[in-house]
Amino acid sequence: MKIYVLVEQRSGVIKDSSLQAISQAAVLASAVSATCVTALVVGSEISNIEKARSYGAEAVIHLKNDNLAFYSGSGYKEVILSSIDTNDSCIIIAANTSFGKDLAAKLAVKLNAGIVTDVVAINSDGGKLEFTKPIYAGKAYQTLSLNSTNKVITLRPNIFPAVVSQNLSTLEVKEVGTPSLSAKVIEYKKNEGKLDVAEASIIVSGGRGMQSPEHFKLIEELADTLGAAVGASRAVVDAGWRPHAEQVGQTGKTVSPTLYVACGISGAIQHLAGMSSSRYIVAINKDKDAPIFSVADYGIAGDVFEVVPALIKALKQ
Amino acid sequence: MKIAVCVSFVPDTASKIKISAESSAVDTTGLTFILNPYDEFAIEEALKLKEKLGGEVHIFSMGNDTVKEGIRKALAMGADEGSHLKTDISFDAISTAKALADAIKNYGAELVLVGKQSVDTDGGVMAQLIAEFLDWNAVPSVTSLTIEGVNVTAESEIEGGKEVISTSLPCVISTQKGLNDPRYASLKGIMASKKKNIAEIAVVLENLSTTFISASLPPAKPAGRILGSDSSAVSELVRLLKDEAKVL
Ligand SMILES: Cc1cc2nc3c(=O)[nH]c(=O)nc-3n(C[C@H](O)[C@H](O)[C@H](O)COP(=O)(O)OP(=O)(O)OC[C@H]3O[C@@H](n4cnc5c(N)ncnc54)[C@H](O)[C@@H]3O)c2cc1C
Ligand SMILES: Nc1ncnc2c1ncn2[C@@H]1O[C@H](COP(=O)(O)O)[C@@H](O)[C@H]1O
Repeated sequence: MKIYVLVEQRSGVIKDSSLQAISQAAVLASAVSATCVTALVVGSEISNIEKARSYGAEAVIHLKNDNLAFYSGSGYKEVILSSIDTNDSCIIIAANTSFGKDLAAKLAVKLNAGIVTDVVAINSDGGKLEFTKPIYAGKAYQTLSLNSTNKVITLRPNIFPAVVSQNLSTLEVKEVGTPSLSAKVIEYKKNEGKLDVAEASIIVSGGRGMQSPEHFKLIEELADTLGAAVGASRAVVDAGWRPHAEQVGQTGKTVSPTLYVACGISGAIQHLAGMSSSRYIVAINKDKDAPIFSVADYGIAGDVFEVVPALIKALKQ
Repeated sequence: MKIAVCVSFVPDTASKIKISAESSAVDTTGLTFILNPYDEFAIEEALKLKEKLGGEVHIFSMGNDTVKEGIRKALAMGADEGSHLKTDISFDAISTAKALADAIKNYGAELVLVGKQSVDTDGGVMAQLIAEFLDWNAVPSVTSLTIEGVNVTAESEIEGGKEVISTSLPCVISTQKGLNDPRYASLKGIMASKKKNIAEIAVVLENLSTTFISASLPPAKPAGRILGSDSSAVSELVRLLKDEAKVL
């Protein structure tokens, strides 16, 4: 049994969620007596490749080709398939990001493997693996196992810790030929300077209680003060006050940050589904009976326009 | 162009979820079902492409008899016909994708549209799985789609930005909010849908790669504390975040 980790890089920088996946692969390796954990990074120049060597894999392999600086579903799949030892059974692990899900799913079909996405817990008692994942955006959890010889899983970011290991992985840079680029990224449009809710460890969200798009300056300022991402309820996304990428909830993003601050959000069931597994929740809402308080650890039943500026001031001190 | 749209039929997002007595699965009895919200974008995009390029839109849905109602809703929006991939046992993402891919191949689709994610199982990889079984490319989470001849350019939402992806037909696209505004079914559409054909395809599932072990509800959170009703509570909040929660 071998374990492969699909490491994500964007603009030549390896993502933290992939380092978490490498660490978890190392944990699994002892549970399933895997012989080797190999982290595979496809791309051109990778500025922080050294970093990937510290999280417990035996080997880091950089599959290098200048035509693969940008993601290509067809190309990355081909390059990775040619680096996998198909004489042995394997587990493929990736972070549950756009990149991770895309590649993982393609490889699952090619390797005749079962797949579980968005895993938040793994039980390996007795060498049998059981995976738990949220369903209904976190209103419930499902535990399942995979009967297939090969298995593919994606891990929700920020659930499994990245743990620095004493042993440095070997690093091999392998020049690879140009694969099929029948689907490829031709441009990357970054949301300017903003942290994404799916990756942030602190989120400050605003709802209809903010009363106008201009008032989201307050939310942005609080977010900046905390180093947080800005989130939003569907009500304000539908109203066109905020972009959809910021929507948290059952039809937006499901998030589990360490701190979630809800400002002027009532806490509709679809919103709670997407954020109630956050480690700590703070709610500021002038209606003390708002359902958001039922999931909040700390609440202030007051006016956002009075409380949020005071909070920003207190945090800046 | 022959366009296939795959839809799932899911509990209304306002549903409170219960676990069945033997706690192996979610108990959906008594819940209201709706078309998966993301699939409405897929249906709308298919209808718009048909209006522009001509052709037909065929709806595929796998599941027990209740999903027929979902297909009917898609037909009421304006799709031409549907196929019900019938099975009464629970199935996983791989077996769904395989069955859908087989049916789509038989139908001869040149483009497949699916939703970004089913809001019940939250798998989020159906587009890629179907595409792989067909040996096609897939573009996930699409918010803008241009098709010129066989050339496909699509904007795909990723963490912190968007990727513009270039590929060609045939391919599978998964649809995300922002792509379009799904139309409502008109009364005429609803009437017409009753006469449209839904073919039944029996699906035989063997050697499922997944064993469903149990389902559970998230642990109940102890009620939180309301610290006050104005900014005088702010200093206590900051103290708790620092000293108790240790998140600052
Ligand atoms: C199919 C479907 C999918 C959905 N998916 C999602 C989803 O993914 N995410 C999501 O968020 N919603 C979703 N919804 C919508 C959801 O049902 C709610 O309508 C929405 O979450 C409400 O947003 P809100 O809390 O901002 O607004 P409201 O419910 O209007 O709440 C505003 C709150 O602000 C408070 N307030 C007002 N003024 C002040 C003030 N000055 N100071 C302090 N507090 C104030 C009020 O007391 C109130 O509680 C979905 C709905 C459907 C039908
Ligand atoms: N049983 C099904 N029948 C038809 N299409 C489905 C089914 N399940 C999922 N899909 C499609 O695949 C998309 C993604 O689903 P999932 O990967 O399950 O999150 C959905 O939005 C549907 O378009």
